[in-house]
Amino acid sequence: MARDMSDIDILKMELEQLKKEVSTPREPVSKTSKETMDWCEAASGTDLLITGVPDDKNPYKPEKGGCIIT
Amino acid sequence: MATQEVQPNETLTNLKAESDTLKTKLEDERAKLHDVELHQVAEKVDGLGQFIMKTRRTLKGHGNKVLCMDWCKDKRRIVSSSQDGKVIVWDAFTTNKEHAVTMPCTWVMACAYAPSGCAVACGGLDNKCSVYPLSLDKNENLAAKKKSVAMHTNYLSACSFTNSDMQILTSSGDGTCALWDVESGQLLQSFHGHASDVLCLDLAPSETGNTFVSGGCDKKANVWDMRSGQCIQSFETHESDINSVRYYPSGDAFASGSDDATCRLYDLRADREVAIYSKESIIFGASSVDFSLSGRLLFGGYNDYTINVWDVLKGTRVSILFGHENRVSTLRLSPDGTAFCSGSWDHTLRIWA
Repeated sequence: MARDMSDIDILKMELEQLKKEVSTPREPVSKTSKETMDWCEAASGTDLLITGVPDDKNPYKPEKGGCIIT
Repeated sequence: MATQEVQPNETLTNLKAESDTLKTKLEDERAKLHDVELHQVAEKVDGLGQFIMKTRRTLKGHGNKVLCMDWCKDKRRIVSSSQDGKVIVWDAFTTNKEHAVTMPCTWVMACAYAPSGCAVACGGLDNKCSVYPLSLDKNENLAAKKKSVAMHTNYLSACSFTNSDMQILTSSGDGTCALWDVESGQLLQSFHGHASDVLCLDLAPSETGNTFVSGGCDKKANVWDMRSGQCIQSFETHESDINSVRYYPSGDAFASGSDDATCRLYDLRADREVAIYSKESIIFGASSVDFSLSGRLLFGGYNDYTINVWDVLKGTRVSILFGHENRVSTLRLSPDGTAFCSGSWDHTLRIWA
């Protein structure tokens, strides 16, 4: 548990971790950003907060004031 | 062989120096691949139109600060937990309370709905995570069926069921995360690597495999392999505690919200931070973050009582949502993406759509 570890033990733990991470495989941002963007655009058709939902299909609209009969 | 006298201060200094050298090397390796900014790549994407969201429901009933909430997979039930020790299950459509449990401790900082919808898990200053099966009989005393699952040596900060009701992942002020078997209470795996309290966690979307991300007071966000217990990647660019982490819906990135008043996006394949969502006018910490279904929008709940909505690709703020009368402490998108719920120190939860 981190709270019970001495400063030296914490540093040793961090060092072990850094050694592993330096050799992690990684890709250029230009490639991964494009993939993120493409994924996002492909999914935007199903993102209801972007496409909007007609009021009669959205259970939260209209604001509660009357009763909703389904 | 003569024994070496180890001077504690020397070893500490040497270790620190070695650590700093490696950190610099890691930064250099990451920088080599930092050939463009995300918002530059996103320049050709259409801007978002005007974005209007309002409070559609207000859930009142907690006697003190709301600290955490989670949606049920049925897209209408919500569980919330509060400083007053109460855990309430609500029907978000009607705002009716369906169940209420009084925990034996105050500051119930974590709660989660089971995937089946038949149970909730919660915990906080009791250092435990307990599971309560939800009864159809409203008069039944839920506390009687309580099952203690997780035991930490400090407060429980977050909990989440994995793909089934059978396993729970927890994070704690004791600096560790842990995976538990619900039925037996057995510790299946523990995750060591944070240098101080772990404040939040999020499981990767199920299609992308067995990993999760955690954020802590050590300003680090760590990505873990659930089976081996190993930390696979670690990111330390925030300037203060990381209060919330959430995977991007594709599973290839995650966002974080921090006391340094910024939210950031980390790309897992590029192994670096790729966006910072901040403004000079935003000076209060972000307590909770979540994405819309496509990941285009990032919702951030802040300690200045507002919710800022960010365009994830372009890095700009799309909208500010006002309504809460105290810090926003928790925020989650509904499972079908039609709305999101926020909880606040003003004792209420709000549904926005």
